[in-house]
Amino acid sequence: MAEVVYAGASRIYSGSTPVKAVDQLDLSIADGEFLVLVGPSGSGKSTALRMVAGLEDVDEGEIRIGDRAVTDLPPKDRDIAMVFQSYALYPHMSVAENMGFALKLRGMSKEKVRAKVDEAAAMLDLTKYLDRKPKALSGGQRQRVAMGRAIVREPSVFLMDEPLSNLDAKLRVETRANIAALQRRLSTTTIYVTHDQVEAMTMGDRVAVLKDGLLQQCASPRELYDRPANTFVAGFIGSPAMNLAKLPLSEAGVTLGGFTVPLDRDVLARAGELSEVVVGVRPESLRLVGDGEDGFDLVVELVEELGADAYVHGNAGEGQRIVVRVDGRTPPRLGEKVRVGLRELGELHVFDPQSTKSIAQSSQPQ
Amino acid sequence: MRLGRISLTAFTWLVAILFVFPVIWMVLTSFKTEADAYTDPPKLFFTPTLEQFAGVFERGFLPYLANSGFVTLISTLAVLLLAIPASYALSISPVKGTSNVLGFFLSTKMLPIVAAIIPLYVISQNLQLLDNVWALIILYTAMNLPLAIWMMRSFFLEVPKEMIEAARVDGAKLPTLLYRVVLPVVAPGIAATALICVIFSWTEFFYAVNLSAARAGTVPVFLSGFITSEGLYWAQLSAAALLASLPVMIIGWIAQNHLVRGLSMGAVK
Repeated sequence: MAEVVYAGASRIYSGSTPVKAVDQLDLSIADGEFLVLVGPSGSGKSTALRMVAGLEDVDEGEIRIGDRAVTDLPPKDRDIAMVFQSYALYPHMSVAENMGFALKLRGMSKEKVRAKVDEAAAMLDLTKYLDRKPKALSGGQRQRVAMGRAIVREPSVFLMDEPLSNLDAKLRVETRANIAALQRRLSTTTIYVTHDQVEAMTMGDRVAVLKDGLLQQCASPRELYDRPANTFVAGFIGSPAMNLAKLPLSEAGVTLGGFTVPLDRDVLARAGELSEVVVGVRPESLRLVGDGEDGFDLVVELVEELGADAYVHGNAGEGQRIVVRVDGRTPPRLGEKVRVGLRELGELHVFDPQSTKSIAQSSQPQ
Repeated sequence: MRLGRISLTAFTWLVAILFVFPVIWMVLTSFKTEADAYTDPPKLFFTPTLEQFAGVFERGFLPYLANSGFVTLISTLAVLLLAIPASYALSISPVKGTSNVLGFFLSTKMLPIVAAIIPLYVISQNLQLLDNVWALIILYTAMNLPLAIWMMRSFFLEVPKEMIEAARVDGAKLPTLLYRVVLPVVAPGIAATALICVIFSWTEFFYAVNLSAARAGTVPVFLSGFITSEGLYWAQLSAAALLASLPVMIIGWIAQNHLVRGLSMGAVK
C-alpha cells in the first residue's frame, strides 16, 4: 500500500529535435486509489506509466512510491506489478509457473509459492488451467493470467497498460467490471492506462487526461464530465463528443443560430474583452423543438440508432457539425431540417478561444 | 490452370530427383563390389555386400571420425557460448554503433579462405598447433561465429519486448532473464543455428586438409585419401562418404521436429 507521486517528472526522447513525451508531470495518486491515465495515442500516457515501472527513464523531476524516491531504482526494486497490453506471458511456462515466477525469483519456498498461486487462481477462476501453457488458453483467460501474475506478488502498486484492448467487446465490458471490483477488494493503488474514455469513466476514482505529454485535467469522472477544464477535455470525455462551436459574444450572451443564449453575469465578466468564445454543449443537452421556438436549424446527415436513444448528426450551417441525442423511437429522417434547442439554459460550457481554457461551466443544476 | 499445376508438380519432382540422385547413387554404390561399381552401363541390380564398409574401417576410419566428432562438438559449443550473449546484446539492448559491429562481423566472411591460409599456416606452426585438433576448433569457431550471431540475432529480435519487460518487473536479473525467459523462447532458433554450425564444421575440408594430417585429420580429409595414384575405389569411397554423411543426416532429422515449432506461440495476444 502506498501513494505514488510524480513530482515534475519528464521523459525526453533525445534526437535532432528532442521530444518531451511526458512534460513536467505533477500528480499524486493516493494510497488505494484507482487512477486512470487517458489520452489519445502519443499523449504520453503509457510513457508516464512506464516511468513508474522503471522501464522508462525519468529525465527531470522525481517519482516517489510511498515515502521512497524510486527515480533511479530498477523495476524489481520498486515493489510494483505490471499488466501489459499483450499480457507478455512466458510461453514456455505453465499458468502456475507464470504466476509464481516473481515469487520464485524472490526465493520463496515452493509450498508458499504454490499456496499464493492457488489463492490468486481461485480469485480469478483460473484453478482449472494452472497446468496449461498460455497458448492453450483463450484471450480472456490469458488476460486473467496476466492479472494473476500481478496479484500474487501483493505489490504496493498495480500498473496496467491497456490491459483490455486485446479482448472482444463483450468480454471487455465484463473484465472491466471484474478488474474494478478486484481493485476495490484489494485496495491496492492502481494506475491504469487506456485510450478508451468509457473505461476511464467507469473504472477510475480519478481520471487524468493527458495530451502531448501535458496533464490537462485530473478529476473524478463526474467532475471531468461536468466541468472540463479546457476544450480538449471537453471533446475527449463523453461519447459522442461534446459539440464545440466558436460563437460571437455580446453583452447579453452568445448568439446561437438566430437567438441569444443568456450567460451568467460572472461568466460574462470573466470573458472580459473577448468578442468570441468557444461554446460547448453535450448532445444530451440539446433537444428537438417546434418551429417557432428558440433554437437553430439543423440538416440531418446521419442518424445513429442505439435502441433507447438515437444520435442525430447534422449540419447547422457554415460547416458547423452538431450531434443531438433524441428519443430512439422517433428519430428524424435523413435530409430533414429540424429545429434544435437547449434543454436547460445552464448546460453550456464556455471556453476562451485562445487559451482553450474554461471560462465557466454553468452546468450546476439551477 | 490445371495443366499449369501438373507441370509445376512434374517440374518440382524433376528438380528433387535431380538433387537426390547423387545421394541415392552413392548409397547404391556403397553396397556394390568394386567390380560392380565399374560396369558400364551401370548395374541397377546387383548382390549387395557390406565388404566396402568393412574396408573403410580397416583403412583406419575411426580416428578420423573421432576427430571430426570432437572438433564439431567443441567448436559448435564454443560458437553457442559466444554467439548467444553477443546476439542478445545486439538485438535486445542495442547501442550506438550496433549496426557497424554487425557489418564488421559479416565482413570477416568476405575474405576468401584461401587468401588467409598462408598466414594461418604460419601462425599454427609458430603456436605448434599444426596437425592438432585445437587449431581446427579455433578456426571453425571463428568461421561459424559471424553467421551464428546474425542468425540468432534475427531470432532474438522476434522475442516480444514486453515479455522481457515483464520479466524485469518480476525481478529477473540479466542471467535469469537470458537463461530462463529468453532462451527457452528462442530454443528452436538456437537449435537451427547449432545445426548449421555442425554441418559446416563436419563438412569443412580446406582448413582441415591444409592444417592437419594423420593425427588431427577429419572425415573429409579421410575421404580425399581414396583418390590415390593406383586409381579410384568408387565403391569404398561411396561407403566412406555414406558413413561420413550419416551423422549429419541423423542430427538433421532429429532437429527438424524442434525446428518447426512455433517461435513464441502464446507469448502475446
